[in-house]
Amino acid sequence: MIKKTVSGVDEALRGVSSGMTMMLGGFGLCGIPENSIAKLVALGVKDLTCISNNAGVDDFGLGLLLQQKQIKKMISSYVGENDEFERQMLSGELDVELIPQGTLAERCRAAQGGFPAIYTPAGYGTEVAEGKETREFDGKMYVLEHAFKADFAFVKAWKGDEAGNLIFKGTARNFNPCMCGAAKITVAEVEELVPAGTLDPNQIHIPGIFVQRIFQGQIYEKRIEQRTVRQRS
Amino acid sequence: MLDKNGIAKRIAKEVKDGYYVNLGIGIPTLVANFVRDDIEVEFQSENGVLGMGPFPFEGEEDADIINAGKQTITTLPGASFFDSATSFGMIRGQHVHLTILGAMEVAENGDIANWKIPGKMVKGMGGAMDLVASAENIIVAMMHTNKRGESKLLKKCSLPLTGVGCVKKVVSNLAVLEVTKNGFRLLERAPGVSVEEIKKATEGNLIVEGDIPEMAID
Repeated sequence: MIKKTVSGVDEALRGVSSGMTMMLGGFGLCGIPENSIAKLVALGVKDLTCISNNAGVDDFGLGLLLQQKQIKKMISSYVGENDEFERQMLSGELDVELIPQGTLAERCRAAQGGFPAIYTPAGYGTEVAEGKETREFDGKMYVLEHAFKADFAFVKAWKGDEAGNLIFKGTARNFNPCMCGAAKITVAEVEELVPAGTLDPNQIHIPGIFVQRIFQGQIYEKRIEQRTVRQRS
Repeated sequence: MLDKNGIAKRIAKEVKDGYYVNLGIGIPTLVANFVRDDIEVEFQSENGVLGMGPFPFEGEEDADIINAGKQTITTLPGASFFDSATSFGMIRGQHVHLTILGAMEVAENGDIANWKIPGKMVKGMGGAMDLVASAENIIVAMMHTNKRGESKLLKKCSLPLTGVGCVKKVVSNLAVLEVTKNGFRLLERAPGVSVEEIKKATEGNLIVEGDIPEMAID
């Protein structure tokens, strides 16, 4: 067994420096690598390019990095829940590249799986396709989108083992599996870290080969963005 | 004239037995409340769940189980969770039968704009561009005119496009329209709305052939 465990978040983020490109898992605040984000804030690294579906909210998730002006560029599909983000974008402090959500997922997966680029119909005929190569297949038009290149991928899983194998829970899975192995170093933080042999190999969502460092997160706030409930009748 | 629930009710009639359906945020979300209960339908949310159920009871919310609107939800028997790439594979691969989404503008050739107002609102397209570029059957739920009374069903979209030539049907507060190669074909009128009123509210080419029935909602 090749061991991927590190002592904690400090060791997990060793080698992180200003100017790097980071992938961060999560959809909204669901399944975000809370502990790694907190450490990035504490390290104070700047000029980061962040690839993440959303940009958090003002005081949580990637919003914490935005508050400290640590992000130079965001590559996201939807950024609607963050006033500070909007302010920095409109003032020109922050460079933002908005791309279709499926394209974001697939550009991660292409990097993970060794494809230099993929063709997608998403965005054809819109400003997203401007300046990009297009091609017709069977009468339909597609846009060529390149695989991402990133220094670190920070993902969050529910359970993981010493070998770096990961299991996700619910919709906290989202972009996390797509980002594993899609950067030079993948750091996985988990709610529960168990010895190798504990998890059923049949139930593994992401094999440890895609993960370089794994640690158990200290705290998970798991903030709910939109609490919606129904009344008991 | 229909309210938001009325639009959702009318669209619900387009949902057929055995359909996998993706519902956008806003009016489309309401459609789930009005689907007949004698048919089997599964709702997909692009953040990674198929078989979405109603909101949880108070105290049973789970931060790890949300829909694409970031609302806490539940799942129904037969549900599954998956990653974002798999989710958009379902969409691009046309495994999802019907997509219902909102729009700021729709053009008579089926172009749709719903993600950006330059200089004003830039929230992003989320999954909308993937959905409209791929779905076989797209129904748009929208108000026929904006707050100033100007048509949102246009000859040509003025806002940045989300997708080209993709909308098949529009259900508005005034009418049901089919997008054809010659423009918007009027299929049904909302209760109490005349063909003249619909003509006035539609900037794009409106095709009216024969008697236009009033829509049956209930």
